[in-house]
Amino acid sequence: MPSPAHPQTSPGVEVADITVNSLPARDVKAPRRIGRRASLAIGAYGLLLPSLVGLALFTYAPVAQVVWDSVHARRAPGTAPSFAGLANYHAILADAAFRKAAINNLYYALGTIIPSLVIALGLALALARSDRINNLLRAAFFMPVLVPLVAAASLFLFIFLPNVGLIDFYIGRFLAQPPNWLGDPDVALYSIMVLTVWKNAGYYMLFFLAGLQAVPDEAYEVAYLEGATSWQRLWHVTLPYLQPTTGFVTVIALINVVTQVDHVFVLTKGGPSDSTNLLLFYVYQQAVESYDIGKAAAGTLVSLAVLVGVTAVSLGTLERAFGGRP
Amino acid sequence: MTPSRRHSTLPLATRREIVPRIGYGLVLVAAVLWLVPILWMLVASVRPQSFGGPGMASLIPDAQPTSRNFIDAWEAADFPRYYLNSAIIVAGILAVQLVTITLAGYAFARVAFPGRQWLFYVFLLQLMLVPVVLIVPNLSMVARIGLYDTLLGVMAPYFASAFGTFLMRQAFASIPRELEDAALVDGASVLQRIRHIYVPLALPAFLAFAVVSVTAHWNEFLWPLMVINSPDKRPLTVGLAAFTRGQEGAQSWGVIAAGTLLVIAPLLLLFLLFQRRFINSFVTSGIK
Repeated sequence: MPSPAHPQTSPGVEVADITVNSLPARDVKAPRRIGRRASLAIGAYGLLLPSLVGLALFTYAPVAQVVWDSVHARRAPGTAPSFAGLANYHAILADAAFRKAAINNLYYALGTIIPSLVIALGLALALARSDRINNLLRAAFFMPVLVPLVAAASLFLFIFLPNVGLIDFYIGRFLAQPPNWLGDPDVALYSIMVLTVWKNAGYYMLFFLAGLQAVPDEAYEVAYLEGATSWQRLWHVTLPYLQPTTGFVTVIALINVVTQVDHVFVLTKGGPSDSTNLLLFYVYQQAVESYDIGKAAAGTLVSLAVLVGVTAVSLGTLERAFGGRP
Repeated sequence: MTPSRRHSTLPLATRREIVPRIGYGLVLVAAVLWLVPILWMLVASVRPQSFGGPGMASLIPDAQPTSRNFIDAWEAADFPRYYLNSAIIVAGILAVQLVTITLAGYAFARVAFPGRQWLFYVFLLQLMLVPVVLIVPNLSMVARIGLYDTLLGVMAPYFASAFGTFLMRQAFASIPRELEDAALVDGASVLQRIRHIYVPLALPAFLAFAVVSVTAHWNEFLWPLMVINSPDKRPLTVGLAAFTRGQEGAQSWGVIAAGTLLVIAPLLLLFLLFQRRFINSFVTSGIK
C-alpha cells in the first residue's frame, strides 16, 4: 500500500551549501555523553513549555471546565452554582431544540460529506493531468476555500432569495412553485448543505489529486492487459489505492461538520423552527442568548464526544498523516 | 507521492480512461456553477440599479458600471478599522505560533526525552479539540485572565498549534543530523542550532504553515464574535456579518456584494498571484 496523501514536507533542498561558519568557534572537544543527555531532556521540556502553556490554558483547562460546568447548575440567578448531577444532560435531552440540532447535524454530516467526497474524487480524476486548462479549472474549484464562510453566506443570502434571487431568476421560472429556499423548514437544511459542498469540495479535491499521484502505473497496466473496463479499473485499482486518502479526507470533513456553523448564523440563525440548527450553534445560543452555561457545557461535551470518537477511530490515519509516532 | 513520481509521465489514471469525455464535460459545467456566486458578486457590486429589482440576479454585466455601491459600503461600515483588526489578529497569531511550533517541533524531531510518546498524544488530541468547539469555556478563560473584548483575547487560544508542531517536526526530521553535530562540536547552543541550521532549511514548511494559518484566522467568525464586544475591535468577518444584517433590511444587494468583495479581495488576490504556493500549502496542511 502507498503511504497516505499525507503532508509531504521534506523540502528536498540542497544542504551542501549551508554554512555553519557564522557560529562562534570554540576548541573542539568531545562532549560528555551523560551530562549532555540529561541537559537535552531538560532542554526538551523547556522547548515544549510555550506550547504546553497554550495547550493547558486553552485546550485542557477548558475541557476540565466544561466537564465541571456540565454537572453544576445555579438554583437561582446570582447564586453560586451547586452540584446538579446529570440534570443538565436531562435538560438538553428534554429540549426539543437540542434533539433537533443533533439529528440535523447527523443529516448535515451525511448530506455534505458524501456529495463533497464524490464530487472531489470526480474532479480529481478528471483534472489529474496537470496542464494549463486543468490548472485553471482546479483554481476555480479551489477558490471558495479561501472565501470566509460568513462572506460566502452573505452571497448565498441573495442566491437563495425568493423571487428575485439568483436561483429563482434562472431556475425558478421552470418550476411551478419554487420553494422558499431558506424559509421553508423542509428545504432550508438542504440549502445550507449546498453552500457547504460548494465551499469544501475543492479543498478535498486537492487531497485526491495528491493521492492519485501515488497510484503506480503498473497497477493500471495489469488491468489493461486483463481487459478491465473503466468502471472496473476505478473500483479495483484506483479506489483501493486511494483508501488512505479517503480516510484522511473523511476525518477532516467530519471535523468541519462539527466546527463550522458561521453560515447558519448569517443565513437562518438556526431557523425556521430549528430546522437548520446544528450542535455548535445550539451551544452558542445557550451560552450567548440564554446564558445557560450548564446546558451549553452539556451540549459542548456532546460535540467533544463526537470529536474524540472520530479521533479514536482515526488515530492510525492521523498518526500516519503526521509522520508516525516519535 | 515520491518526488520522482511527480516528474514521471502522467499517471494512467488520467488518460481519459476512468472519467470519459462525458465526465470531463460535466466538470466544465460544474466549474461554471462553482464560479457563479463569485461572478455574481463582481457584476452586482458595480450594478447601478442595486436595490432588489427583477434584474438584480442577472449575471450579464451592466453597460455603465458604478462605484456607488463601494462608496456606500465604505461609508456604512468602518472597513479600514476592520482590515486593521484582522491584520493585527492574523499577524499576532502567526508570530507567536512560529516561535512555539519551531521549539516544540524541534523537541519532537530531535530530542529523546522521557514522556515523549505521552506528550505526543497530548498534542495530537488538540487536532480534534479545536478551540472553536470550546468557545464557551474558552470565553470564561479569556475573561478570567482579563482579555475579554481585546484582540489579544481573540488570538490567545491559537498560540499553541499541534498541526504546526507536527508539520515542523516532519520538516526538521528530514534535515541530516550531521549538520547539527558539526555545529555541536563548534559549541553552538540549542537555540543557535535551531536558528542557524533548522530554520533556514525548513523555510518551505514555514511558508506552508503561514498560508494555512493566515487563511484560517482571516476567515474566522464565531470565536471573535464572542470575544469582541466593542464595534471598533471587530475583525472583517464580524464586521461583515453586522453590515450584511443592516443592508439586508434595506434590500441593498449591490452594497452587500461590494462589502463582501472588500472582505474576500485580499486573500483572493494573493491566491491569484501565488496559486501554486497556496495549493501546495493546503495539500500539506490536512488540518487547518
